Amino acid sequence: MVGHLLIERPGLFSSLQDFGRFGYQHFGISASGAMDTVAMQAANALVGNAPGTAVIEMTMLGLAATVKAERCRLALAGADMPLAINGHPVESWRAHELKDGDRFEIGGAKSGMRGYLAIAGGLDVVPTLGSLSTHSRSGIGGLEGRALRPGDRLSLVDEPAGPLLALPREYRPSSAGPIRVVLGPQDDYFTPAGIATFLASDYRVTDKTDRMGTQLDGPTIEHAGGFNIVSDGIMNGSIQVPGNGRPLVLLADRQTTGGYPKIATVIGPDLFRLGQRRPGDLIRFRQVTAEEAEAAAHAHRAMIAAMLEAMSDAGSPAGEVSTERLLAHNLVSGVCSAFEEVLEQP
Amino acid sequence: MRNDHADERPAEPPHLPRLLDAGDGGLVVELGSDISEATNRQVIALGDALGRLALPGIIEIVPTYRSLLILFDPLALPRATLRDEVHLLWPPRVADSARHGHWRVPVLYGGEHGVDLEGVARSHELATDEVVALHSGAEYRVYMIGFAPGFAYLGGLPEAIHTSRRTDPRLKTPPRSISIGGQQTAISPPLEIPSGWHLLGQTPVRSYDPRRAEKPFLFAAGDVIRFMPITPGDYCDMCAAAEAGAEVALWEPA
Repeated sequence: MVGHLLIERPGLFSSLQDFGRFGYQHFGISASGAMDTVAMQAANALVGNAPGTAVIEMTMLGLAATVKAERCRLALAGADMPLAINGHPVESWRAHELKDGDRFEIGGAKSGMRGYLAIAGGLDVVPTLGSLSTHSRSGIGGLEGRALRPGDRLSLVDEPAGPLLALPREYRPSSAGPIRVVLGPQDDYFTPAGIATFLASDYRVTDKTDRMGTQLDGPTIEHAGGFNIVSDGIMNGSIQVPGNGRPLVLLADRQTTGGYPKIATVIGPDLFRLGQRRPGDLIRFRQVTAEEAEAAAHAHRAMIAAMLEAMSDAGSPAGEVSTERLLAHNLVSGVCSAFEEVLEQP
Repeated sequence: MRNDHADERPAEPPHLPRLLDAGDGGLVVELGSDISEATNRQVIALGDALGRLALPGIIEIVPTYRSLLILFDPLALPRATLRDEVHLLWPPRVADSARHGHWRVPVLYGGEHGVDLEGVARSHELATDEVVALHSGAEYRVYMIGFAPGFAYLGGLPEAIHTSRRTDPRLKTPPRSISIGGQQTAISPPLEIPSGWHLLGQTPVRSYDPRRAEKPFLFAAGDVIRFMPITPGDYCDMCAAAEAGAEVALWEPA
């Protein structure tokens, strides 16, 4: 019997997300997609799913649901949200198997911003334009293009199989460290002093932060001339600086075009860390060249591969298997440097 | 602090477009800084030519008024290779883009369907039917689709009705609105979107409809559009037809 999950309490803003909807931005469609694709991939791998299977992304506060199926395997990754099954606290970053009538509850994030719940086999939802990602502003994707509501039923697809996996702590991604950017495409709209301010200052994430973008507060960035351009394309990580001189980082649900000059672009490998920054957190930007960004993309892929490889059978004696695996992976040069390179920064 | 790599390529003739970096997975090909039909034609032709190449690693090509944003996977397509390909395609053959077509888009002007029509007429000291005649008498070019799914930015608005944007943008405007802002007019998708533009009317046409699996978006950059005033009775009939999935915009292939 394949059944469903009954959502009892949906959390603050929980929506279905996958890697996003590509190929339609020239028709005005935002790509959307998970804000932290590393945690999404981890959650999926823990339950045996392909990396881009749609998951439930939760913001700040998790959901509560009851299993209405014979079996349901799930895993939670991302922000540090407490998970309890039938009232008993259990670990995140590992798969759990629930049976019919079991109830699980995910609490508020102690750190980080977004949690990812993967269900083995994925969800039986029809994709819109090739993706299950929800874009609530245009009412596209997920469940009727909206966040989850109490009473929603998420149909399950498959019976889970294979070992219950867990990810050793040392392989869990960290969102700490500076955010790497490549200057441009409109850095020539700013004075050298303005660019220096942008790169040397701490910026605070304001409460105007959501899936569309993050409004930052901090020292004013000086424009060289005007601050209007004829609208051009916006991508995930574009940093606009409007007339008030404060940076606005555009994210997964961004509008597709915009008319403020973009001082810099966050590199793809660091977007997942932005997705975990919450109001009040500080952000420091660090400049890299486009060539360094390309190298970072390769390092990022290696980091994810190492993370997926490091998952081990949670049923085995804890230390034994993971130590063996750790040793094996530490011998592979470059694999762990993706984190270190980021964390060593001031 | 210009970012066009011109210093690395001193021999580059000035007519080549500027190539601007956007993170690890974006390249902006900037052909100009103004709204001009000639520039936009080149943008679209270059985007079409690049699309035909079907380079592995290209994720999206986003043509705008004056530039192309190319999103790519740096693991599959090195930036240097992409830059070379863009240069090899330059200058694009504009005639190659003749596949773009002509549309007739029905509009019910004024009243509750276009609440700003009277205000716009007053601001130009025109009668409302003069505004309608001017707006529906012109031929427009789709410069780009952006902002919201299927939202079409059109150039070619007669100067007599150029109208600066509202000082108080509305958080929600009716779906399928026909609006004007500055020197432009636009067709809204069947969604309530925020807008600071002036609402002249409403069309039964759904510029975006996910139910049309084959063609969820009607208009593309480079298309030509003319508006056709209709009566409230026509509007109701056409809305019902469109709701049932019928095509109510008239397509005239170029």
